Amino acid sequence: MEPVTDAPVDPATTGGSGRYDVRGLAEPDATAPKTAVISGDSAELDAAELSTRQINLELRRLLSTEGVTDVTLLNPRARHSIAVGLLLRCRLRIEGSLGYFAFGLIDGPEVHLTGRVGWSAAENMMSGVVVVDKNAGSLTGAALRGGDVVVRGHVGARTGIDQKGGTIIVGGNAGSMTGFMMQRGRQIICGDVGPGMGDSMYDGAIYVAGKVASLGVDCVEAEMTPDDDELIDRKFRIYGMERPGSFRKFVCGRKLWNYDSLEPNERKLVL
Amino acid sequence: MCGIAGVIYKQGTSRVGRDMALMLQAMKHRGPDSTGYALYGESTDLLVMRFKLADPHQAGDFSYTERLARSRREVESRLAKIGATVDRVEGESEYAYRATFRYDGELKPLADYVEDVAGVEVLSLGHSLEIVKDLGDAETVSRQYRLDSFGGTHAIGHVRMATESDVDIAGAHPYWAYPFSDVAVVHNGQLTNYHQWRRRLERLGHRFQSECDSEIIAVYLAQRMADGLPLEAAMKQSLEELDGVFTYLVVTEDALGMAKDEMAAKPLVLYEGEDMVAMASEEGSIRAVVDREIDTYDPYEGEVMVWSR
Repeated sequence: MEPVTDAPVDPATTGGSGRYDVRGLAEPDATAPKTAVISGDSAELDAAELSTRQINLELRRLLSTEGVTDVTLLNPRARHSIAVGLLLRCRLRIEGSLGYFAFGLIDGPEVHLTGRVGWSAAENMMSGVVVVDKNAGSLTGAALRGGDVVVRGHVGARTGIDQKGGTIIVGGNAGSMTGFMMQRGRQIICGDVGPGMGDSMYDGAIYVAGKVASLGVDCVEAEMTPDDDELIDRKFRIYGMERPGSFRKFVCGRKLWNYDSLEPNERKLVL
Repeated sequence: MCGIAGVIYKQGTSRVGRDMALMLQAMKHRGPDSTGYALYGESTDLLVMRFKLADPHQAGDFSYTERLARSRREVESRLAKIGATVDRVEGESEYAYRATFRYDGELKPLADYVEDVAGVEVLSLGHSLEIVKDLGDAETVSRQYRLDSFGGTHAIGHVRMATESDVDIAGAHPYWAYPFSDVAVVHNGQLTNYHQWRRRLERLGHRFQSECDSEIIAVYLAQRMADGLPLEAAMKQSLEELDGVFTYLVVTEDALGMAKDEMAAKPLVLYEGEDMVAMASEEGSIRAVVDREIDTYDPYEGEVMVWSR
């Protein structure tokens, strides 16, 4: 393992606060530590003594140059920004909890996290699957584009803010402003949802089995169709989750849709 | 951005100074400007006062040391004049001291009289509360004030990234609820009706040392408690009366509480273990003192929780 810092630091508690270059980038000289144990197309990586950047570099090395397709990551110790920007199909199992910004921008991986995850998990994910066994923080699946994000526990506030596709499934409760400015995609929430749900949503659907504290601006209840029920059934079967009795469906009321109406000065131009 | 942390032990005392330093150091990236601790040691019938005579030495201030020696003598003589029997005065630096004394009167006249000495600020006053804050990261401050061996029952701490006011000790958290004994607050966020509340509280006779919005929360809560509300009720009322985004932690002699505003815009992760309750802006901070996989969760918007030791 190559040293990346001048002074001894605990990578777990500093998030790998080694050297910073003039652009403020962390550990610009870091290289993959090559400490993973590879057997065939699977590998096991112990992250206890590695910095955040070393973990991500090692993951990338295993998946893109070593031909590994199945990685188990041990001892992540609640660090931030783990497994971001992975743009290929693979399986990733993480034993433990993660901090903020986990799995951001990924396109393809199937991820299973056995612990909890902090804010902004799976932000801007393009495709793939993320399953979190415990709770997740706020902004889970922010700007999600595709794939499934499954949280078996509770999630914080603003789940799926600006969601543009994909499906978010929550086994427990969700906080305030869930689905804020959501544009497409689905959310399936088994527990209760906080105030302001679906505020200013453009499109998409939010299914809720529990109580909704209050609806946000221009979010209305719609009728459940057999197609909706079938979708929910299928998703629960895939992830081995118990389906609550009945769901209510919430969609955009389209009162804020003003796409066809012209601004006064535009109207002048047209006339 | 700032980082806040709190810890309370369920059984007796522990090395709370060391634990809080570890928790705060793990969040150094959230605020490297200054670090502060509000620690609760063993309660005695003596009062303990932490005070500073000035900010750390600036180059070119040639009379600094002499002035500070004079200020220190003046503080001691004023304590005696107002009727306190001083037990001891000790300090880890030439500008910050810890005094213990016997005193039966009202705290406000005493604190006012001491602060009347030029440059002096009373950082904390109570039977077990001790606030230590200075510039630098958690380790630097902990080493300077020898907090590693500090034993106590509960604590809160703060790492600061200055956004609304200066980088100095007066701008560092935690804030003591001057002049209420043993109440302190750390806060992550911004209050938008700060000036309104500052004027209201000033009309009740309160003084504010800093321009920092967080100082309002401490005095606000202590005033509500002095008016007869229990801590939890005072905190619930604060959600209605304070505007802005905030997650704050408050400590009293025997309790630690957290409150989150209705936007839930500022983070807090909670861990309730067998022997301790720990909370921080990031899970990594809790893991600095509980180094194993743990179950944690984020409190929701508008939540208020209180733990007693």
